[in-house]
Amino acid sequence: MPIIATEGLAKDYRLGPHTVHALRGVSVTLERGEFVAVMGPSGSGKSTLMNLLGCLDRPTAGRYWLDGEDVAQLSRDQLATVRNAKIGFVFQQFNLLPRTSAIENVELPLLYAGGNPRTRRERARARLDEVGLAQREHHHPSQLSGGQQQRVAIARALVNDPAVILADEPTGNLDTRTSAEIMALLQRLNRGGLTIVLVTHEPDIAAFAGRRLVFRDGRLTSDERGSAEDAAAVLASLPEEEAIV
Amino acid sequence: MVFQTLRIALRSLRVNKLRTALTMLGIMIGVGAVIAMVSVGTGAQARVAEQIQSLGSNLIIVLPGSRNSAGLRLGQGSQVTITEDDAAAIGREIPLVQAVAPSSRGNAQVVYGNLNWSTNITGVTSDFFEARDWAIYSGRPILREDTDGATKVALLGQTAALNLFGDSDPVGEIIRIKKVPFTVVGVLTRKGQTTWGQDQDDVIVIPLSTAKKKVLGASQANSRSVHSISIKVLPGEDMSEAEAQVRTLLRDRHRLQPYQEDDFWIRNLAEVLQTQEETSAVLTYLLAAIASVSLLVGGIGIMNIMLVSVTERTREIGLRMAVGARGRDILTQFLVEAVTLSLIGGIIGIVLGIGSSNAISYFAEWHTVLAPGAVVLAFGFAAAIGIFFGFYPARKASRLDPIEALRYE
Repeated sequence: MPIIATEGLAKDYRLGPHTVHALRGVSVTLERGEFVAVMGPSGSGKSTLMNLLGCLDRPTAGRYWLDGEDVAQLSRDQLATVRNAKIGFVFQQFNLLPRTSAIENVELPLLYAGGNPRTRRERARARLDEVGLAQREHHHPSQLSGGQQQRVAIARALVNDPAVILADEPTGNLDTRTSAEIMALLQRLNRGGLTIVLVTHEPDIAAFAGRRLVFRDGRLTSDERGSAEDAAAVLASLPEEEAIV
Repeated sequence: MVFQTLRIALRSLRVNKLRTALTMLGIMIGVGAVIAMVSVGTGAQARVAEQIQSLGSNLIIVLPGSRNSAGLRLGQGSQVTITEDDAAAIGREIPLVQAVAPSSRGNAQVVYGNLNWSTNITGVTSDFFEARDWAIYSGRPILREDTDGATKVALLGQTAALNLFGDSDPVGEIIRIKKVPFTVVGVLTRKGQTTWGQDQDDVIVIPLSTAKKKVLGASQANSRSVHSISIKVLPGEDMSEAEAQVRTLLRDRHRLQPYQEDDFWIRNLAEVLQTQEETSAVLTYLLAAIASVSLLVGGIGIMNIMLVSVTERTREIGLRMAVGARGRDILTQFLVEAVTLSLIGGIIGIVLGIGSSNAISYFAEWHTVLAPGAVVLAFGFAAAIGIFFGFYPARKASRLDPIEALRYE
């Protein structure tokens, strides 16, 4: 069973008297454990697709099965529950709560899932450990580097054991070396069986994904599978001074 | 889940401590002001109520009036126009009346041992104590036998007792009023001052008959005349109705023609005080209303801050929605934040209000009464304000589109 399957997914926006066809019927299937890069220039519809895949929005037409469940026409609240249980978001801006410790940030999705506070703390701690920040759990975002903040965000995305991670330009605000670090982390998680969908406009970053979808004018124009570059190897080849953040 | 929401809200409030404190300040001042002002007003009401109590509720007093003789109008009390027989008739013929007590008074020098004191001597009948709601502190009251036999017994008011006897017990002692020896048979309870500041306890009460014969002397015109008649109306009966019946009866007994004015005065004192009590109640409402305005302003302050907070935290709201917060989770969070602000502000306000109420009574020497009702009301009002003024910003937050909110700069 595919983790994500869409059929003729379309999204129109009304902008005054005009209708903008942001997405014009996309049918795509993603298998469990895939690492997929979504590419395309701005206005190509890749952001709209991500919003739909992330259950942040509802399609105008078409169908969408997430982890076997038809989620295309769920209500706002039902979508919130689906997001909470099945999707982990990683953003370009990190979107951590300011003046809130790393561990509390990681815990956030669990607060909306309910359950016992001690279990929550334990799960959040385990995820922070997984991204290599076990020693920083009481640091606030302002006390962390960009790369560390994105790691906290990744830990937060992982904490609910989601079916899929949606990463929207996760390296957009990071330098080359830190980007490579984040990609190495994502590749490591992917090898552990996690499905990742990555939106990027940088071919260098897309090269780390095993499958690349290219969008143009609201349509899927290219879907190629190839060998992925190993981010850990790239990281090792980078000169040391790049490490300064 | 409720606990969880509370935790989220408290966490958000902790993040911006100064703003939280400033927002609370409005509610604090509002609640504090309501409590302090209401306690000032209630204090004034309580004082009036005390005076009504001391005077005897349901009391009508008939005083002699002026008599118009051959075009020469004399002042009030210039003629002794009311009599013991009037009093008896009132008691007999008006069913609304519970007790009637005629009395005469005058001033006299009173001597005990080497002490002397000029005080008010009031001659009364046995009904006096019931009519005036005046209890006996120690000893016994004036009895029917005392008036019938014109015995030389006296009861002392608290002030008179203090001035003649100090701390020792006067009962059984002999005092001389205008050189006539009287046996003190009792002491009256404290009555306090009248509304116009007269000390009601500076008095010696003796039988009416004795007073006329030995102390005050009887009017030459009419030996049955008295200085006043105190009438106690049955509880729950209409005072104005009783007053009207007394007037009709007395006019009839005094054979006054319709064109003639009353030759007596009726004082419905409870009614006068009732008006005063109403005035002070209005004062209380007025003070509470003014203070409520500051509470309202405090509430608007909360709404203001919550709206700013929602705008400022748009991305946070978007993120919370992205990770699974439903509209109602966001709504509850902001609502709980607003209510928490107003409740904590309210609690501090209560402390502040009680403190300033005590400070007012201490420094301004104004009698204040802390009304528990006002405290509960102000607190409830603060909570309601939190909900009312928090709801709009909270709903606004809960209706944000997660995509837009996440993109918000």
